[in-house]
Amino acid sequence: MKYSADPFNIIIGGVGGQGNVLASMILGRMLVSQGSIVTIGETYGASQRGGSVMSHLRVSKVDQFSPLIPEGKAHLIAALEPVEGLRMIGQYGNPDLVTLINLRPILPLDALSGKVAYPDLSVILSKIKDLSKEVWTLKATEIALEMGDPILANVIMLGALAALEILPVNRDVFNRTVADLFVPERQTVNLKAFDSGQEAVRKEK
Amino acid sequence: MNPILHQSGKIELLMGNEAIARGALEAGVQVCAAYPGNPSSEIITTLAAVAVERGIHVEWSVNEKVALEVVAGASFAGLRGLCTMKQNGMNVACDFLLNLNLTGCGGGLVVLVADDPGALSSTNEEDSRLFAKLAGLPLLEPATIQETKEMTRWAFELSEKLSLPVLIRSATRISHARSNVRLGELPQENRKPFWEISQTRVTFPVVKNHQRLSDKQFQAAENFETSPFNLYRGPEKPEFLIITCGSGWLYALEAVVSLDLAHRVGILKMGTTWPLPAAWLLDHLSKAEQILFVEEVDPFLENNIKAFFAQHCATLGIKRFFGKADRSLPETGELNPDIVTKTIQRLLNVPYQTRPTEYADRARETVEQWVPGRDIGFCAGCPHRATYWAIKNALALDGRKGILLGDIGCYSLGMGASGFFQMKTLHAMGSGAGLACGVGQLGRFGLDQPVLTVCGDSTFYHAVMPALANARYNGANFLLLLLDNSGTAMTGFQPHPGTGKKANGEPAPILDLKSICRALGAEVEEADPFQLTETTETILRLLQDNNGPRVLILRRECALIRGKQQKKLFQMTIDQGRCLGDQCGCNRLCTRVYKCPGLVWDPTSGKAQIDEAICTGCGVCAEICPASAIGKEAS
Repeated sequence: MKYSADPFNIIIGGVGGQGNVLASMILGRMLVSQGSIVTIGETYGASQRGGSVMSHLRVSKVDQFSPLIPEGKAHLIAALEPVEGLRMIGQYGNPDLVTLINLRPILPLDALSGKVAYPDLSVILSKIKDLSKEVWTLKATEIALEMGDPILANVIMLGALAALEILPVNRDVFNRTVADLFVPERQTVNLKAFDSGQEAVRKEK
Repeated sequence: MNPILHQSGKIELLMGNEAIARGALEAGVQVCAAYPGNPSSEIITTLAAVAVERGIHVEWSVNEKVALEVVAGASFAGLRGLCTMKQNGMNVACDFLLNLNLTGCGGGLVVLVADDPGALSSTNEEDSRLFAKLAGLPLLEPATIQETKEMTRWAFELSEKLSLPVLIRSATRISHARSNVRLGELPQENRKPFWEISQTRVTFPVVKNHQRLSDKQFQAAENFETSPFNLYRGPEKPEFLIITCGSGWLYALEAVVSLDLAHRVGILKMGTTWPLPAAWLLDHLSKAEQILFVEEVDPFLENNIKAFFAQHCATLGIKRFFGKADRSLPETGELNPDIVTKTIQRLLNVPYQTRPTEYADRARETVEQWVPGRDIGFCAGCPHRATYWAIKNALALDGRKGILLGDIGCYSLGMGASGFFQMKTLHAMGSGAGLACGVGQLGRFGLDQPVLTVCGDSTFYHAVMPALANARYNGANFLLLLLDNSGTAMTGFQPHPGTGKKANGEPAPILDLKSICRALGAEVEEADPFQLTETTETILRLLQDNNGPRVLILRRECALIRGKQQKKLFQMTIDQGRCLGDQCGCNRLCTRVYKCPGLVWDPTSGKAQIDEAICTGCGVCAEICPASAIGKEAS
């Protein structure tokens, strides 16, 4: 499968602790197993301490690229948190962007303390739509909580990404990739999470 | 099987730090040591995971100087050794390194230092390459993840050839990037160590050994003349030349392509950056009259190549140099593709647009208006938040404007909002206690503010023990709060001498913090930071003492370790009838001041709420609420 652009630039981002580094690594391994050259850049400093975090994935069939996507050059942004989605689009978006958003807000410290307001979800969504060609939404955290563990939201997002059918990844590729990463009982849970993400997007399609 | 041990020829998506580990394994490394520090930590974590299977020794040492000594010991006995660190670690290790360069080494010895341009997870922004020049050691800088592996493997050979440690300088965008790596052969056998007893490793006679070191630099430069890590890409006669190394290489390549300048601009990529390969460099410098240097942190290549040019200007003719010195590129902060592209675009005066202007303006305005900032802070359920709350209250009750000195760890966040701005100093590992040794002497001059310092458990073993010995010996007067959260949390929960576990997971004897502090002559007490009232009272009481150093060990496991191992301690609820919301005189004490991410303010009801997805059930907030509206039930 050829990418619609080469390099094809993907950003997975959210708030530290949401598991976006693991999600990007799994996606990267899936794409490498499908014959792509992948470079991932990760913002690590604040990854466990509630700051904004993102991973840049640059995917190509021909060459290697730097681990940082230039301004305005993202093709696909997957945000585990709504305002983080808008923040990433602000820097890396362009009129052809496809965006996938988990609708569960995590309030920044200044919003917790009441110093600044966290915007209304409907406002965030309308702004994201205004700056994207295509927007997909899902309640990944709620689905994860129903499954008993909020951390699964990252894998639910991966399932949703696969369902967009923009990337050469699917349930089988995911299953083979996580076999190396998780103990068997975690594999089952994660596969279920992947399926739920796929389903959530397919319902919208 | 761990992917790091997969067979030769396989292509794996490896992190730069994993590629370093694999390169070292392919070179037959047998002894590896480090103290954790981002962005270098995963090298040892990766090696430790396969240590038993590969029959090699991998350790977390107590600090970087000891780590380098461990590896040098192995090298003197003929084995190959790898010592890794972040830039600050180089400062700790350099005392030994600047003597080791004079004695040389035996088995290949590679020192890998991962710099953190932009200080993304550091207290400073430092260019470790200057140490290569200072110590007269060969320096390599990888530019891609594949090259990182190849270079690491080759560095061991070079080290043995020169009997000299070899430095590899990585950086965040190498160490913490991932890319496809084709694996090479792993050796089948380990070497048998032997210390040739006729061979001494002393720096004396110093001047003679210094001369030998100088001669080795010429040998190293000769080895670099034909290195495959140095390459040129571009037209035969470019009008503009970019000289780059490390992460700058891929930025420069992308910039030249996106500006459509491949026919006009050449890129000289250097993998061996000290000492300079003279003949190779002369050949390429003669190609163009305008030269731009693209490199992370200091103008290292820029200054060295300019000095080299001064020596050869009679043959090279007039050149114009661009870089950090003339501010063509920013002198501080991390580079990225945009900075490099815009610099080249400006210097060559060519057009470039990343996205339509109208879209870019709309995107910028949207972010400015609608996207709130997101400061980092302690995690939900972090014991440090509770500790700083107790410190804040104890200092307020004490009323003498106590000073809290600090240093490096998760608890550094005590300088910010989630630590209630309590921590007033931040420098090197263990510097809080060292500074307290100074400030704690000022009572004789009339300083009547109590002196406190914080340190973490891992930091204690790294650099606080000497400060505590000094305090007892010289009678410095302060309270050390030792925040024991059972691991090196900031860098990814590496074990240390207090955890009872070695790097490879094997059991280890526990060096008990309390016994060590007592042996160093300090008065020691313990408290649980989750017991806010008791902890506050204990701190307040210990502040009244003025009899040398006192230690309060505050023991609670990191919330992230706890989260991995067990369910919540408590199920938290908010009694919506009891919470008076905006009507309460507390003025949202729980969310506005205490600021645990697990507690949110619901603007609709005007009352506090628990966020189930985030709350870890530590139970501490139940003590904060003046209306007793926050309930906890053991789960």
